Amino acid sequence: MPQPGMPLVESLNVLREIRGDDEVVLTVMGTAREWMALGEPHPLDWIYVPSSMGQAPSLGLGMALAQPDKQVIVCNGDGCMLMNLGSLVTITNQAASNYTLIIFDNGVYEITGGQPTPATSGNAPLVDHPALARAAGFQQVFVFEDLDEWRESARDVIDAPGPTFVHLAIAPVPGAVGPRSPGPAPARAQDFADAMQA
Amino acid sequence: MFTAPQVVGLLQELSFTHVVTIPDSTLGQWEDDLKACDEIEYVGVCREGEAWAVAAGLYVGGATPLVMIQCTGLFESGDSLRNALFDYRLPLFAVIGYRSFLNQSTLPGDTCLTFTEPILEAWGMDWVLYDQAENTSEQLEAIAAHCLRCREAGTPGVALVAEGRA
Repeated sequence: MPQPGMPLVESLNVLREIRGDDEVVLTVMGTAREWMALGEPHPLDWIYVPSSMGQAPSLGLGMALAQPDKQVIVCNGDGCMLMNLGSLVTITNQAASNYTLIIFDNGVYEITGGQPTPATSGNAPLVDHPALARAAGFQQVFVFEDLDEWRESARDVIDAPGPTFVHLAIAPVPGAVGPRSPGPAPARAQDFADAMQA
Repeated sequence: MFTAPQVVGLLQELSFTHVVTIPDSTLGQWEDDLKACDEIEYVGVCREGEAWAVAAGLYVGGATPLVMIQCTGLFESGDSLRNALFDYRLPLFAVIGYRSFLNQSTLPGDTCLTFTEPILEAWGMDWVLYDQAENTSEQLEAIAAHCLRCREAGTPGVALVAEGRA
């Protein structure tokens, strides 16, 4: 678990600033909550609310496979990642070069009250997420603990031929609540599909 | 039993672009032919819940995916299936292998026979059992019609395909 870690909002804002107009950004849980608060939605934003916790990397993989010319950036939490570690292998097996998975690691289940994940003991991490990614076959693995370094490197990281794994050390947000769906999910899915296929 | 060429021909006829799957003893017999088919991408996943999420991403990206898993994987898939098919109302079609339906030689008393059909009912799925016992050509035609009916209606569907040994 990062100590103290980057602020979640600022780390997401870096992504917002460098995001290309034809790039998909998939957010879930805390990243979805803050992404929505950062400004106007983009047609290629997939706010994965409601979600099936753990499935964001797999959902994004499907998008990347369907649209190889579009970069797909998945913003996942560490708790979500732990629910679906096998997806790391699925992703590397498919070798989608247009796929970036960013883990915003705060070490806790933030929206349920900040309970530590099984990968955390007290304030100490028990699991090396980047090592897990490497072991699962990711060739491109980037680790950032400093916001300025993330800001300076983010565009190059996204442009690296994927699949790419990015680990960001993030400070928990005490008292944070879960994200609210920004509208009826079926209609949002249809709008997103229209934008993807435009 | 359906042969691999029959299955690949069916999926080509239905214009599926991707098969998202984990093999079992029956479905796995179709794997080599599916991988050899230039018109269909084979996407192997590590856990069946993943299959629905990958298929959902493919679908909103403009592809036409098929989920192909065993009924045990259906049991595992609950939350992912719920999210893709009901939260987002994505009309995904699946072939689900019905373990031990044809015989219980390897798993006497297999509880897949107890739970598979009630679970499909509980999800409110448009499902049809295809027993593969005889008239396989007719059954393949029926699966095609079933899939097209679901597409026309914009609803999910499941072809429940009977299997023997686990």
